Order: sequence, then structure tokens, then C-alpha cells
Amino acid sequence: MSATSDALLPVAGTYRTGSRAWRKLRTNKSALFGFTIVTFFIVLALLAPILPIDDPAATSWSAVRKAPSLDHLMGTDEIGRDIFSRMIWGARASLIAGVISVVMAVSIGVPFGLVAGYFGGWIDQGISRITDALLAMPFLILAVALAAFLGPSLTNAMIAIGLSAMPIFIRLTRGQVLSVKTDDYVEGARAIGLTDLAIILRYILPNVFAPVLVQATLTIATAIILEAALSFLGLGQQPPAPSWGSMLNVAKNFLTQAPWMAWWPGAAIFLVVLGFNLLGDGLRDALDPRET
Amino acid sequence: MHKILLAALLAGSALVSPALAADLRIGLQDDADVLDPDQSRTFVGRIVYTSLCDKLVDITPELKIIPQLATAWSWSDDGKTLTMDLREGVVFHDGTPFDAEAVKANIERSKNLPESRRKSEVKSIDSVAVTGAYQVKMMLANPDATLLAQLADRAGMMISPTAAEAAGADFAANPVCSGPYKFVERVQQDRIVLEKFADHWNADAFHFDKVSFLPIPDTTVRLANLRAGDLDMLERLAATDAAAVKADAGLQYAETVSIGYQGITVNVNNGDRAKNPFGEDARLRQAFELSIDRDALNQVVFEGAFAPGNQPFPPNSPWYDKDVPIPARDIEKAKALMKETGHETFDLEVQVANNPVQTQVLQVVQAMAAEAGFNVKLKSTEFASLLAEQSAGNYQASQVGWSGRVDPDGNIHQFMTCKGGINDSKYCNPEVDKLLDAARTSNNEEERKAEYDAARKILAKDLPIIYLYHPSWIWALDDKLEGFVPYPDGMIRLENVKFRS
Amino acid sequence: MLSYIVRRLAIAVPTLILVSIFVFTLQKLLPGDPALVMAGEDRDPAAIAFIREKYHLNEPILIQYAYWMKAVLQGDMGISLRTNQPVLGLIGDKLPVTIQLALMAIVIAFVIGVPAGILSAVKKGTMIDYVANIVALSGLSVPNFWLGIMLILLVSVNLGWLPASGYESPFVDPLRSLKTMIMPAFVLGTSLAATLMRHTRSAMLGVMKADYVRTARAKGVRELAVIIKHAFRNALLPIVTLSALLFGELLGGAVLTEQIFTIPGFGKLIVDAVFTRDYAVVQGVVLCAAAGVILINLVADVLYFLVNPRIRSTL
Repeated sequence: MSATSDALLPVAGTYRTGSRAWRKLRTNKSALFGFTIVTFFIVLALLAPILPIDDPAATSWSAVRKAPSLDHLMGTDEIGRDIFSRMIWGARASLIAGVISVVMAVSIGVPFGLVAGYFGGWIDQGISRITDALLAMPFLILAVALAAFLGPSLTNAMIAIGLSAMPIFIRLTRGQVLSVKTDDYVEGARAIGLTDLAIILRYILPNVFAPVLVQATLTIATAIILEAALSFLGLGQQPPAPSWGSMLNVAKNFLTQAPWMAWWPGAAIFLVVLGFNLLGDGLRDALDPRET
Repeated sequence: MHKILLAALLAGSALVSPALAADLRIGLQDDADVLDPDQSRTFVGRIVYTSLCDKLVDITPELKIIPQLATAWSWSDDGKTLTMDLREGVVFHDGTPFDAEAVKANIERSKNLPESRRKSEVKSIDSVAVTGAYQVKMMLANPDATLLAQLADRAGMMISPTAAEAAGADFAANPVCSGPYKFVERVQQDRIVLEKFADHWNADAFHFDKVSFLPIPDTTVRLANLRAGDLDMLERLAATDAAAVKADAGLQYAETVSIGYQGITVNVNNGDRAKNPFGEDARLRQAFELSIDRDALNQVVFEGAFAPGNQPFPPNSPWYDKDVPIPARDIEKAKALMKETGHETFDLEVQVANNPVQTQVLQVVQAMAAEAGFNVKLKSTEFASLLAEQSAGNYQASQVGWSGRVDPDGNIHQFMTCKGGINDSKYCNPEVDKLLDAARTSNNEEERKAEYDAARKILAKDLPIIYLYHPSWIWALDDKLEGFVPYPDGMIRLENVKFRS
Repeated sequence: MLSYIVRRLAIAVPTLILVSIFVFTLQKLLPGDPALVMAGEDRDPAAIAFIREKYHLNEPILIQYAYWMKAVLQGDMGISLRTNQPVLGLIGDKLPVTIQLALMAIVIAFVIGVPAGILSAVKKGTMIDYVANIVALSGLSVPNFWLGIMLILLVSVNLGWLPASGYESPFVDPLRSLKTMIMPAFVLGTSLAATLMRHTRSAMLGVMKADYVRTARAKGVRELAVIIKHAFRNALLPIVTLSALLFGELLGGAVLTEQIFTIPGFGKLIVDAVFTRDYAVVQGVVLCAAAGVILINLVADVLYFLVNPRIRSTL
């Protein structure tokens, strides 16, 4: 939920700051910590098929809602499935949802923002008004309505989140373009007769890259929470496939009898989102030319 | 905004007089919809009406029809005229007297109000004749055995004709009936408040000064409120919370098997999606039924609190056909049946509403059916889309239930007859039609039972609906309450319910 | 300045029209037939036909939109398909609830976020700064709805300290109102506190370098007085401005919080309306929310513009 407000903090990117930024990032303990968490979950999600864990869909009528034990490290769920194994498989759904939806938002939002900012005029007016309108509708409401329209499934939840997050990237990109468009080297490029496309690709886009990367990392965090929220409302991942949000959706009915069903997915969402937030913050600091 | 001002003014008086002791707060699972018996459609709405509006007749816990506003009734020999004698000295909450004219006006409103959702329930009534100040005759086009049961529900609820005329379709803003409690206020999604109607004909049997209905959808939260003393009772306790409530000395537990059911409706004849072996070959459906262990399902999901079932009527109902008991799980037989149809395995898509309990039921069914070779794919949809898909025939099988009707006809006729209004499987068998049509026109219970049994025997083979279980209504009450009687229709009747002194 | 405000308001009109088109189209595209849902379990064909007729569901979408817009311009948002109550009245009932929730959340966020932000800025680069940052980010990273159900489990179910749900108007019973709202406000406030802490930190860092702060320090003013009187006072305005913006986000955040704690506010109204296909309510509420967000953004921008000459050129 912080994404839109963070976008308002001045984030200025500069060209070819890569290596300096990387050095800064490596010495940033928080960012490294975030990076470690994120990597840990990514590896876990990738290894899910080959880890020696139970089948996440295998039910057992004799082991319904059993508390954590040596047999089931995190306990079992409402139809006797192993929660530990569902957590690991669920990591896939959450991470994929977070990343894909943001990739979608970026790949639609950035081009629109570039066009709006670079060409200005009525194109800019049109795109900006649509962006305003989308941003004026509460993020979650937009996502809920879109997800309901598309029908409950993980893919549709990703599309809904991606579309809801897209306007942030349009606005961010447009603002960034406006601030460099009048810079000398862009004027110069125009003077020597480079085409618009060439100018955008060679001079504008690299300047947009840094703030978009920061925003994207932070938006992945938001998107993971949002996927969980949609699943929590019954609009995300559908059973029997696991996702952390849908596990929470079921768990809330068994809070008193089987609280562990709610502990793990909530804690996992928290950790992975914290990881992305720390990483995004670190990137912001590293790429911010104002602070040394 | 004016509400806030009013509230601020009221705040002064609220501080002076502390809340009365005899206030009852009831936690509901949902918010009611339109508070007009002719327009409403929700189950929780009916719970509110039970205290707000009297009906012509009521039911006993055994589903026998008993007097309420009508004190006696009789059928003509041809079964086409119902004569009702009405209770005298009854007034509506606005002071309008209740009489034969009021009954006529009410039935006509149910039939004619454009917004009315009761039209099909009172369809058999041709006209109502006032034959005395306190006597009406209802003239029917055809004999209708289900009519009295309809009049024991919303169609028989009497609202003040004066108020109805003045408000028209906006009656719901301030509903005026003749029940033991009258309407005070409603805040959508928050509360519906009623207060005692001192002039009720049976006022002595009702012991609360104020009754509030609070919609709290989450079962855990609802129970937490009861435990904290913010509620005095709640409906639809989660079956999995039953043990905890029974163990709690401060709470009481009450349950009864409902007259409704949950099952899997199969698309056998509703458009192109019926054209698959599961829709066309009853043996596959039989195999599917045989793969399910209904007892285990009940144990796993509902901790045994519900009633497994294989018919539209629960096993404890007098209408249950004992010759067709719940089939025991038999994987070998299921596999054999599948082999007969030429399938080792079969892919089946079942749509299910995206709520955790129904998906849990279907995941258990999915795992059970897998052992017989069914690859069940669950298609979760919101309830709103589920209905649309179902009625459009865009489904292979669909998990759906029915809240149940007092008369057996309401649980079977409209689902199983060729032209049934909610026959989404579009099952059509002239013989079944004949039996079910006959059963709805006879007032002889034995004859009706024989006809339902005959129809059931056909349906148990054809299986357009695979019944799974009958939910139990479960209530949790504060221990200080006494006199609560569970009814299989799930309503909360407050007659003789009071706080222990 | 005035011309800027006028220009912004003029821009708001097409934006709102676009919002109305979006929300209208989106929900017309929602699968599921509202008439089927509204007709009830029996699905009486006469009732279905009547509902379609009454709410113009049979008309082409453009005509439906025209009907709606015409009524809206006359101040009529229509009535809820579910309860027959006027949408405008519903909004009037629900808005104060959500505003109360949002205000309490903001207060909580200020109480946590601002001191943490100041501390973090003053102790920049130390362990305290580091820990404060992690705590703030944790508040931002914890899923609201999970925190909500965990708090219900702990505080209401296990400890029995606070009611698990419900709402009471502060004008009727202030104490109970506070009791029912404090948990949801805390849940909603945590993420806000994190954002606020970071804004405070960066605003404080900005002013701490300013000349007047250095001067004050050079004059031998006590450090605490420097921080409070000189630095914080000047950092406050941008903080307040940014929180105005956050208010709009709170409306969105309230959606889930209200769902969890069963608070009869704006957010619960709209989610329930989406699920029951209560078209008129969805349209009316989203339109109102969007108008509110646009207005708040405008106010915030004007404030920001006033206090921050640096950005004037980019507007």
C-alpha cells in the first residue's frame, strides 16, 4: 500500500551509476539481509519439486488438523495435508504472482509513460487522465473488481494486480521523462537529427531505469500482499493448489482449533515482503545520486 | 448526517438509563436483504421476520402445521377451496386491526406487487373471498398440497395493509407487521433492532424488551463475541467449533438436522456441456456416488455434526425412502461400473462456490473419487457466477445446495420435473413428472409418500443430483438463556425464551 | 495559485467521467447475472424479468450508462438492489464510520511513526536508526488481514480484552466505540506508521542540515530543544502534507480491515456489493471514493506546493 506514496519521494536516477550503486548496495546490511531472504524463498520455490517433502495434495483422513510434530513439522491442514510441504509449494504461487504481475505492470506502464512524457500534448493529456482515473480508484477495490470480473484463479489475480499497479509506473515514468527531456544531451541528440525512437531508447530509457527498478522491487512486495489478500477473499489461487493467501483464507475458519494453520503462511508472507521492501530500500539509497 | 445528530441527542438519554437487562442480541451469519416479506429472499431475513411478522400458520419442530394468525382451517372436498378462521383481537404494529380484509390484501400483494418474489408460492390461489370479518376462503385453480406450508413461511406473513399501501415497494424502510416485536432501526451490515410489541396477542410469552440482530459473517469472530458476552446467542456455529462450545460451561449448544441438503447437480441435458459421458451415462454417476464415503466426509469436514444423505429429504424425515438407504462406499463396484462404460479413468470438472467450507467438502470428494479413477478438477467461482453458469448450462457438474422447504414438494418438484423452475440439470423423465405432479395435488399423506418413493427409486438410478449431506442448524447460546427450541427450518422462535432468573 | 487550483479542478472533471466509465464497464463485464442473484433461491422467472426491467438490465450498455449518469447528475445514485436502500443514504451512513477508523489509524500512525522517525534521523547511522528502520518496514510488510485475525485470536478470543467485531457510534457510547475501533485502527495504522516514519526521517534529515538549526546549535541551545523547536517544527508541515495523501490510501486499506473486524463501513459495503453484484452500490461508492481521493490529492498538492518551493517549477 506504500507504493503510491513512495513514488512521490523524489527518486532521481542518473546514467551509468551501476558499479557505484552496486558497491553501495553491498555495504548496506539491511539490503543484504533483504536480498538473503528473497533468495532463500526463491531457491525454496525452485527446489520444491525435488525436495524430500510430502505431496502437497496428499490427504489423510486420520491426520486432520494435527498440531506441528516430527511427522509434520508445521502440522496438517483441514483435510490432513502436510502444511510444511504446502508452504514450500505455496512459495511458488506467491513469488510468481508478485513477479509476473509487476513485470506486467512495468511492461505496459513504462511504454505508456514514455510516450506520454516524451510526446506531450493530447497524447499526454489522454494517458494522464486515464492514469488519474485509475489511481483515483482505491487500489484494492480495483483489484477485487478486476479479479471478480476475470473469475477466481491465480492467473487472473496476477492480471488484476498487474493492471491495478500499472498506473503507478505510467506516472513514474512520465515524470522521469519530463525531468530529463529538456536536459542538454537530449536537446543535443535532437539537434543532430536522431529519431524519436532512438532518443527514447538511448537517452531517456536509461534514466528511467533506476527509479522503475526501485519502484518495481517495492511493488513486488505490495503485489505479494495483494495476491494474498485476493486469495484471502477467495479470488486468488484455487484449491487444491496451495498459495499462502488461500491457506490463510481457510485457516481463518479454524483459528481456535488449529491456529498453526494461520501462523506459517502469515509469517512467510511477512518475511518475503520484508525482504523485498529491504531490498527495494537499499536499491533506492544506492541509486539515489543526492545522497553520498 | 442527521442520524448522527439524532444519535447525539439520544446519547444523553442513554447515559441516564442504562441498557435494560432483557435485551437479546443474536449473531447472524449474513446481513438480511430487503425487509419486506414479499420481496425478501435471504435465509437470515426469515430469521428476523420470525420475531417481526406473524404468519397465518406456523410449524412444530416435527413440521406439522399449527395455528398462528389463522386459528382453524379446512379444505373443500375437491381440494380447491381453503377456508380459514382468523384470530380475533390482533392488531398490527401501527394499530391497524387484523381481519379478513387484511388477509385478502396481503395475498393479493404477494400475487400482484411487481417486486414480489412470492408469486410462484401463491400461484395456485385464484382469488381470496372475505366470507366474514374473521374468515376468508382461498379459491384455487388446482388442488395444491403445498399451500399450507407456503403460508407457514413468507407467503403467509401478514403486513399492515395501511402501511403497505402508504409505502408501496418502499415498505422495507419501515416494515409494519403484527409479530411479537416491532421494527426500531436498521443499519445495513451492522444491526437490525426490534422492540417488544406490547399489544401482541401472545405478548406474555415473549420476554425480551429489545432484540437486536447483528450480522457477523466470520464464524470465529461470531463465537468470540458470544464468549465475550457481546452476543447472547448465535446461529450457524461452525460444526468444527461444536466440541469447544459443548465443553464451555458458560455456553449451551443446540442442533437439529435441517430440511435442506447439499449435493452435486449434474448437467444431464442442459445444452452442449451435457453431451459428455458423465451427463449421458447414469452408470458413471452411479460409480461416482459409490466412490464417496459420506460418513467419512461428514466426519472430516463437519466432525460428524451433519447428517449424511442420499435423498432430498434427510434420513430422519417421514418422507425419506427407507428402501433406498445411503449406499456404502464400494470402490470395486465403482471401478466395475466405469469399466462397463469403457472408462478406466474419467476427467470431471465440478464447479464450486469459492467459500472455504464448500471447497473443503469438494476436495474431500475429489480425493475419494480419485481412488475409483475420477480425475476431479475443481472450478471455483463466486456464488453469483455459479448460479448464472448453472442456469445457462455452462457446467459439467456443480456443487450446490438447497435450504429446504417444509413441504416435501419444495425439495424435489422444481428440481426434477421437466419444466421445474430451477431444474438446472434439465433432467426430464415423464414418469417422474407424473408422480411428482400427482404428489403435489393430493392431501393424503400416504398416497403422497408412495408417489415420492416411486419417483425416488427412479431418481436414485438416474442421479441428476448426487445428494451428499444435510447440514445441521447449530446454535450456541449463553448459559443464562432458557427455553430455546431448535426447529429444522433454522428459524429462531423466541416464544418462551428468557433469561434464567 | 488560484489559477492552479482552478486548473486542477477542471482536470478533475474528465477524470471523474473516466472513473464513472471504468467502473460502469467493469462491473457490467462482471460474470453472473444480478437478476439471478437477486431473485433468490427459487429464481422465480417473473421476479427475474421484473428486476431486469426495473434496473434496465435488458438495455444496451450505453443506454444503461446514460440512465445512470442522468440520475447521478440529478443527485440520485439509485437504490441498492439488495436492500432497496438509497445508495446516497448508505454512503452517508458508512462514510463517518470509515472516516473515524481512518482518523484513529492516522493518530496511531503519528504516535508511532513520528517519534520513531525523529529518533531515527537524530541517531542517523547508529544501531537505533537501523532497528527503527527494520521495525518500520516490518509494519509495512505484515499483511493487514493476517495481523487482524491474529489480534482477534489473541486479544479477543484468548484474552477477552476487546470485542472481536462490531461498531458503535462515538456519539452514542464513546467508550465502546473506542474499544471496538482500537484494534482495527491499530492494524490499519501499522503500515501507515512505517511510511510516516520514513517521511519524518527524511524530512528531519533535510532540516537538520539547515542553517537555522546549525545556528541554534552554535548558540548553545540544548539538543532536545533544537530537535523539537527548530528542526521538527519545520519538518512538520511536509509530514502533515504527505499524511493527507496517505488518507486516500487509507480508504483502500480500510477495505480488508473492515472485512476482518466486521465494521459496517465503506470498505465492507463495497466488497459485499461486488460479491452480490449490487451494481448501484458499487458504482456509487467507487465514484464517491474517487472524488474523495481526487479532492484529497488536490489539497495535499496545494499544501505541498505552498511549503515546498523547490517543486513549484515542475507543476
